[in-house]
Amino acid sequence: MRLDPTDQQLINHFQRHLPVCERPYLDISRQLDMSEQEVIERLQSLQSRNVISRVGPVFEHSRAGASLLAAVAAPHEQVDQVAARINRAPGVNHNYAREHDYNLWFVMTAPDNEQLDERLDTLENHLKLPMLRLPMVEGYHIDLAFDIDWEALT
Amino acid sequence: MSTSTSLSETGALTRFVMTDTDRKLILATQAGLPLVANPWAELGKQLQMDADDVLARFQAMQQAGVIRRVAAVPDHYRLGYRYNGMTVWDVHDDHIAELGAAVGELPFVSHCYRRPRHLPYWSFNLFAMVHGTTREEVESKATQIRAVLGDACRQHTILYSSAILKKTGLRLRK
Repeated sequence: MRLDPTDQQLINHFQRHLPVCERPYLDISRQLDMSEQEVIERLQSLQSRNVISRVGPVFEHSRAGASLLAAVAAPHEQVDQVAARINRAPGVNHNYAREHDYNLWFVMTAPDNEQLDERLDTLENHLKLPMLRLPMVEGYHIDLAFDIDWEALT
Repeated sequence: MSTSTSLSETGALTRFVMTDTDRKLILATQAGLPLVANPWAELGKQLQMDADDVLARFQAMQQAGVIRRVAAVPDHYRLGYRYNGMTVWDVHDDHIAELGAAVGELPFVSHCYRRPRHLPYWSFNLFAMVHGTTREEVESKATQIRAVLGDACRQHTILYSSAILKKTGLRLRK
């Protein structure tokens, strides 16, 4: 995906923080020396091309409920079925296939810890596979953003 | 209704109580803010609230840490970072706090957590996510992490993602 320097600048500056004020896009436009309308149009375009998934809040899961990273080692011939079952389970919001014996990695969420355990127990019983439960013990960096190396992408 | 505790600027512990309005606001914004000059007025129309109140609640949730940040969230895969490597490390417990923080500070690490071991099945207690346009790039970043960890690291591996089967942001239970 090739982006022009202005789009790159928008992402560089605002992938971590946007101003939360009455006219956020006007605030951005002043920082980047363009019009508010251009900022809005560029963000719309980036969003419609799925270059940015959204312009919006990143919620702290632990403050808005409970969540946990879990993994299972699905037998090779059953991976698709097991993955579909995981995706259907209430509360699952991420599911990645990874190259490892533990080949399905997913995040389970729930309103509180008690319901989280219930959901995990239910899913584990359905899957009939031992589940690795890996709650976060400590977060050292939970930014989810990193410096984008535009040169390497072109 | 959920509550959370956070440190206010004065250092006093304050308790944030999430109201029904906050929950509606989360539901209305979790897929993104309206891209119009005044997004709060637009949200106010949807939620039948005053624009100023919408902004004030949003700021209150941010202050309380319920909203970690507001950002233009890039889709790294779409940008060209085809290789997502979950690097996992077996780090000596005595040093993990200090070393975890150091790894988290590397500019290419998008998130870094300590998680429990489950011996004998799982011996890795430090997770650091790295992204690359090639596998070699991910490996070279892992080498840099290895250098930070030094002798405190007994073993490590990289779990590359082969498919994203589901990915949504926080979805508040409805």
